[in-house]
Amino acid sequence: MAGIMKVKAKAKKGATNVKMMAKHIMESGQRKDKKTGELIPAMFLQELTVQHAGKTVFAGNLGTAISKNPYIAFSFEGGAKGEELTINWVENTGKTGTETAAIK
Amino acid sequence: MMNRRTVIKAVATGGALIGAGVLMPRLAMAAWNTDAFKADNQGAAMKALLGAEPSASSDVSLKAPSIAENGAVVPVTVKTSATNVESISLFVEGNPTPLVAEFMIPAGTAPQISTRIRMGKTSVITAVVKADGKLMSASQETKVTIGGCGG
Repeated sequence: MAGIMKVKAKAKKGATNVKMMAKHIMESGQRKDKKTGELIPAMFLQELTVQHAGKTVFAGNLGTAISKNPYIAFSFEGGAKGEELTINWVENTGKTGTETAAIK
Repeated sequence: MMNRRTVIKAVATGGALIGAGVLMPRLAMAAWNTDAFKADNQGAAMKALLGAEPSASSDVSLKAPSIAENGAVVPVTVKTSATNVESISLFVEGNPTPLVAEFMIPAGTAPQISTRIRMGKTSVITAVVKADGKLMSASQETKVTIGGCGG
């Protein structure tokens, strides 16, 4: 299955800058369906974790006020070109995913 | 025999196991705080998430536009000069649920986060940094011309 994460990680001067975007609607549960007038149930990414070499370098608990297609940028010490990042995500529905991305 | 008590016990253990499974890869990171994310009042959300309300500090810098044309996508950057940063959280006072997100900063990760948030209407954005057990914040008002919560 194609992943939802788009990750750009670049190693520079001993640190790695990570910019990542998840393709996700981040439905807040507060919008109404225009035809039926009923609320569209919430469906959003609740947790995002990034690991490098077995160590967690980023973890986020997200709410519904994060924009559609969540974008997050951060940087951590270490990391080198060719190494791998592991991204875990959890949706509020319980759906989870694990994806990897290479550091450039 | 399955009486009421054993059923409850079985359900409780099962639930705990599922919880543990989800939490496992995240080490000692704080779990998704339902109370804090569901709170409809900023003070309550801060108390539920962080235990107390923060005090404003010049060590925290919050970068957000002063006018956001589209409330659905408001770019925000938070950084701090504080050391031993544990977490950075974001709140939008005027949103139906003010807590936007909580980011954990493990040792070795720079205390600077950029993301994009939704704002329902013109409101104050507050970034809270938890470092060395202290809560420090920076706030800024962002005017929204088109809300990001309606359909």
